[in-house]
Amino acid sequence: MIRLAAAFAFFVALGSIALAFEPNEVLEDPTLEARARAITQELRCLVCQNESIDASNAPLAKDLRQLVRARLLAGDTDQEAIDYVVARYGTYVLLRPPISPLTYLLWFGPLVVLAIGGAIAWREIVRARGSGAAGGTPRAPESGLTQEEELRLVERRQANREAESTAPHERGAASP
Amino acid sequence: MIAELGHFALLLAGALAAAGSLLGLIGAGRGHAGMMAATGRAAYAQFACVAVAFAALTHAYVTSDFSLANVVANSHSAKPLLYKITGVWGNHEGSMLLWVLVLSFFGILIARFGGNLAPRFQARVLAVQALIGALFFAFIIFTSNPFLRVIDPPLDGEDLNPLLQDPGLAFHPPLLYLGYVGLSVTFAFAVAALIEGRVDAVWGRWVRPWTLVSWIALTMGIALGSWWAYYELGWGGWWFWDPVENASLMPWLAATALLHSAIVVERRETLKSWTVLLALVAFSLSLLGTFLVRSGVLTSVHAFANDPARGVFILAILCATIGGSLVLFAWRAPVLKGSNPFQMVSRESALLINNVLLTTGAATVFLGTLYPLAIDLLTGEKISVGPPFFERVFVPVMALLLVVVPFGPRLYWKRAEWERAVRDLWPAALIAILVALSVAAFVSRAPVLALLGVALGAWAIAGAAADLAARIELRTADWRRVMARARILPRSAWGGALAHGGLGVLVLGAVTMSVWQIEDAATLKPGETTEIAGFAVTLREVAPVQGPNYSAVRATIEASREGTVVATLHPERRTYPVTGMATTEAAIWTSGIGDLYAVIGEPNEEGGYIVRVFDNPLAPFLWAGALIMALGGLLSLSDRRFRIAVPGLRRAAPPAAAPAE
Repeated sequence: MIRLAAAFAFFVALGSIALAFEPNEVLEDPTLEARARAITQELRCLVCQNESIDASNAPLAKDLRQLVRARLLAGDTDQEAIDYVVARYGTYVLLRPPISPLTYLLWFGPLVVLAIGGAIAWREIVRARGSGAAGGTPRAPESGLTQEEELRLVERRQANREAESTAPHERGAASP
Repeated sequence: MIAELGHFALLLAGALAAAGSLLGLIGAGRGHAGMMAATGRAAYAQFACVAVAFAALTHAYVTSDFSLANVVANSHSAKPLLYKITGVWGNHEGSMLLWVLVLSFFGILIARFGGNLAPRFQARVLAVQALIGALFFAFIIFTSNPFLRVIDPPLDGEDLNPLLQDPGLAFHPPLLYLGYVGLSVTFAFAVAALIEGRVDAVWGRWVRPWTLVSWIALTMGIALGSWWAYYELGWGGWWFWDPVENASLMPWLAATALLHSAIVVERRETLKSWTVLLALVAFSLSLLGTFLVRSGVLTSVHAFANDPARGVFILAILCATIGGSLVLFAWRAPVLKGSNPFQMVSRESALLINNVLLTTGAATVFLGTLYPLAIDLLTGEKISVGPPFFERVFVPVMALLLVVVPFGPRLYWKRAEWERAVRDLWPAALIAILVALSVAAFVSRAPVLALLGVALGAWAIAGAAADLAARIELRTADWRRVMARARILPRSAWGGALAHGGLGVLVLGAVTMSVWQIEDAATLKPGETTEIAGFAVTLREVAPVQGPNYSAVRATIEASREGTVVATLHPERRTYPVTGMATTEAAIWTSGIGDLYAVIGEPNEEGGYIVRVFDNPLAPFLWAGALIMALGGLLSLSDRRFRIAVPGLRRAAPPAAAPAE
């Protein structure tokens, strides 16, 4: 957080406090303005640290905001307006990087983790069930006891075990 | 002189840490009782020394001793006393000293309350703690020494970054570090267990309270940081997916997973090696968080390469700790075999799903945060990974998690019945659907995904209530029995339900803020009124104000609805002359279910000011949710199960808290 603060402090000091979009930038047509804001939230301010041009008060961000709005007024679709900016500033401006061989790991990595984790969990569950069917019930009896009662049983057993494991140590501590 | 005393104490603490780690490891290996006992005493001595060093640095800050380079760079004589004190950890060197202070504090907690651990195990845990400490002491002494003098002391200091001169951020680092460093205890437990090759229910019971302490501190620390960003940065948002925020979110996700899997170890002696791995990963992510924030690698990979001393040192610590522990795990984990059977529908399965999803969430944040760095290093290409990525990948994973949250507590261990869980939970599902439908009916702009989010938040809250209701048999028993059951219900059950409910509250706040926040801006001259976010907003006046170490412009803004003034807001714009920095102080009026949030901008040529107003529905739910989660954690921590495990506390407890068994 401190770093964040330091980073922010730099930009706060850089420009005016007037943050983000300014009133005179706003388009008359509310639907067009809504589209413009959605687009500018997806584009990175190039001179800032991890800020969209919608949130930034840097002069370059302001220029880009006006550029996007100008493109929309000229009749561009959302994608055309984004492409227009990307053509000039590169894919670095996209806060949501496009799916390409470079970003396969980024986009599909979480899915892979989920799949692997799911597979391991599934194996664990199937195995645990298998051993349950074969090995019967080595621990607390299932029948007749409610969950709470069973838990209390486990708890008492553990308390006993802890008492056992405590005893020799306390003896040891008594003699320095 | 006092600074030298602190400096000496710091060196001594480092030596004690090194000695403690050797004494503990060798003593436990040979079964030498004297050496093992000395490990505990070394932990006490180490804490005493760090405390002296920390007090010496604090003294230097409070008395504005500008012969210390660290004080010159981060303090000023005109700074209010509170920020002189908090300035101690508002910089790199001081925050590292705080880090080892917290680490040493946990060390004496283990020495004090670890009395009923096996002595050998306790010595090993303390030794691992001391080893981590020794690495960090070396880091501080060789690369980040706060006690270095300047030859030619200046008349005054360069002041603390004004953004840090704020109560929210003053206490954010200590809480966050309490969480980060608390995970070192579970790490030490895991390493000691790997060395001994034994993980059982007692281990699980011991790990749980430590994880819980870290989790509570992390939850509060992150919430405080987020709250600070909300009111101080003036952007109207509360989470920006900034790498620094992500750095604290990753350990939180891992700690949350650990918290849940440790229950399985404690109750069922199952998932043992997985839980040990999770304990290693959680602390590794804490170290990574420290590394990311402290090395400068986030600003630019190249800045890191230009001034590599600190970064390389932290990287070495990271490799030694993470690499070493993972190698140990790979070597010893097969010893931790053995689990108890459970059926497919059981609490074990539910907690497994919880762990898979939380791990996926942590992996997502990890990838999104480090991917641009890795790509830059490996290919030289520059890409950006920002909020739109996390919203598309992380949020769905958490949504899946929210679906299963209420089921977990309603499934029994080993073998549960679906029908029973459904019978307990259908009213909660009904409530969630009704809440979403009524939002759809009464709110004009309601996308399907937002309604889904609202339903999930309500589902978590209602599900937690249904869990409690089922436990006290609210729907079936008469009131006398209900009361009796509520009395004997363990506090950990109340705590768990509270934490799950708090999560739901937080989700409601997050969804509402992201979908229904209204932001508007207008240029106003004093006396002018405009319509912003459904309010008639009048800029009454703008007046200069003088603070202790800043000058400010303070606006008086009235927001009224249908002719009556709802709120008078005083946003400020402060300038700190020493650093030449400016900060915004957003003015927030809260109704409890929403915030009206105003920021004032700079004047333009015609004397008009940009007034930015946000209508933030349910924003207080974010902080309330986090607070409820932390309270749930505290309640769970006070459960008598853990008091049994801690003999010192049991003795301290009044006899009225006699066991109900």
